[in-house]
Amino acid sequence: MTELRAESGGKALGMPRSEAKSHRARYLDVLIAIAAFAVLAMLPLLFSSKALLDFVIRCSAFGLFATSLNLLVGYTGMISFGHGMFFGLGAYGFGLIMQRTGMPIPLAFLSTLLITTAVATIIGAICVRLKEIYFAFVTLAFQMLIHSMILSWSSLTGGDQGLRGGIPRPVFIGIDLANHIHLYIVSCALLVIGLLLMRQIAQSPFGYTLRMIRDNASRASFVGIDVWRAKLTIFVLAALFASTGGIIMSLFVSGAYPEFAFWTISGEGIFINMLGGVTTFLGPMVGTVLLLILNDTVTRLTEYYGIVLGIVILFFAIGLRKGLMDFTVEWYEQRRDSVRERTR
Amino acid sequence: MDLDALTGCLGSAACLVTQTTSGLIIGMLLFLVAVGLTLIFGVLKVVNFSHGAFYMFGAYFAMTAYQLTGSFALAMLCGAAGTAILGLIFERVFMSRVYGGDVLMQLLVCYAFVLIFDDIVRMVWGPEFRSMGMPTAFQVPPLFVAGGVVPPYYLLLISVALLVAVILGLGLARTKLGKVIRAAAHNPGMVSALGINTGLIYGSVFALGGMLAGLAGALAAPVRSLTPGMGFSVLIESFIVTVVGGMGSILGALIGALLIGLIRSFGSLGFPLFTEGLMYLFMVIVLVARPTGLFGKEVA
Repeated sequence: MTELRAESGGKALGMPRSEAKSHRARYLDVLIAIAAFAVLAMLPLLFSSKALLDFVIRCSAFGLFATSLNLLVGYTGMISFGHGMFFGLGAYGFGLIMQRTGMPIPLAFLSTLLITTAVATIIGAICVRLKEIYFAFVTLAFQMLIHSMILSWSSLTGGDQGLRGGIPRPVFIGIDLANHIHLYIVSCALLVIGLLLMRQIAQSPFGYTLRMIRDNASRASFVGIDVWRAKLTIFVLAALFASTGGIIMSLFVSGAYPEFAFWTISGEGIFINMLGGVTTFLGPMVGTVLLLILNDTVTRLTEYYGIVLGIVILFFAIGLRKGLMDFTVEWYEQRRDSVRERTR
Repeated sequence: MDLDALTGCLGSAACLVTQTTSGLIIGMLLFLVAVGLTLIFGVLKVVNFSHGAFYMFGAYFAMTAYQLTGSFALAMLCGAAGTAILGLIFERVFMSRVYGGDVLMQLLVCYAFVLIFDDIVRMVWGPEFRSMGMPTAFQVPPLFVAGGVVPPYYLLLISVALLVAVILGLGLARTKLGKVIRAAAHNPGMVSALGINTGLIYGSVFALGGMLAGLAGALAAPVRSLTPGMGFSVLIESFIVTVVGGMGSILGALIGALLIGLIRSFGSLGFPLFTEGLMYLFMVIVLVARPTGLFGKEVA
């Protein structure tokens, strides 16, 4: 793990960060979030294309999932290859609660997150002790367990047909999620709030603890950090955001399918992180947009989606060894340095 | 849950024999795949996430060779040799570029090849289920042991896998090549300083691992249906085997594979809906009680 690091922890820790400065940074994050939400909310007024709004909704679902994975991969150095299980869990959990109990949507949302917390705590408690490749594969094994349970427990989940019959979406506080525009606005709001919360986690002292664990877990443990607890905490937190992504997806397709919990979702999540770059907070978001565009173009052109995606992955993993945002940041820094040289 | 079926089976010799044989078959096939995985990990320190694809290719190669020549022996040979060559190319051209601690890159390269290989199989052999059919030499009435059914092909499969286990175990422990491989696993820098081509060692270990997975696929072809993506569940199961048995241990892979095979075959009687779950549960118990696996030395 030499090249893939979310902004080198040493550098940031070395700088004395005054309270005022970190407050200002936080206000800036909130401002950017509000501005981003405003832009997204304006979109339906400017473009009437339903396809564009659908695209943004899918970006919200996968963006939350991929960014939460980056909290594990980029910030903590835990390469989870089973993060998709929480995406599937969110979709199935929410869909089943809505179909079976008829709870109000916000309550069902919270209940799904509660279920995710419980499941993630159990799985995390078993997994987070393991090192790199073991962690990757044991999380993958749990993903396959959840996938196989969805397939075999067909009386509850509908088996390989998925959760059919639509998810009821009763109106709450004036919001009707059966309405496409309402769904769009809610998805954007969930995305922006989710990103803002994850940004706060990443920039908090806890976030810097995570970077320290990634860089040197034994040193972190020597200075008195409970590494196991910190890893478990971020594992559960990341699962919650992935689950939220799954909830958006189940609302969007009004159902849930076994593919949502299949291992390829986790693989795509990892690749999204690689594609966008894990050294910046928004890298995974850029990766999500790129992968979804690639996905939509390729599936229209050929049925052999795997070959094309595989070659693109190889190009990035062996050829470039970096994500796009990593290049952008490097290019920007180089330009800034050269400007500084010239003015000197 | 159907505990009556399980206890009923445990009481009858015939059922016991049938279930044990089918457990041994699952276990032996898993062993062949898992031992390659564990060898590659032991020497190259990478987990070959695309290992299941070699199993799949072995099966498809064998099917095609059998349909062309009608010779079962040639089919097995094709399955094993084809995947060995594939493994060598795959390691030298692609995997060798991502060695060193970066697990994320290794996973991504393997992930890319899982996608590519599955699509290649879909292109060449079609997306539908295929079957090779039992070779004519083995189309004989099954043996009956204590009232239980034992097809003769199963005996061949079990003996081939056991033979591989013995050859591998002795070969690594006794021969010069085995010593070089063990030395390369321990300290590749020193081995290469002694004038041994470690790249060649790495390539051949990968080829050997690929070959064993291909052999498993070829042996499985007459008794399993062939489909693109068939390798993935085998990969996960053989990974569970190596976790249970301990990464890098051949004996561990054998014992782990047999345990998982028996759990699957008896579990399918008692807990038809939770058979896979039992396997994971077993892995979790082993991981919690002995994080290094039953025969592993390295701390996981």
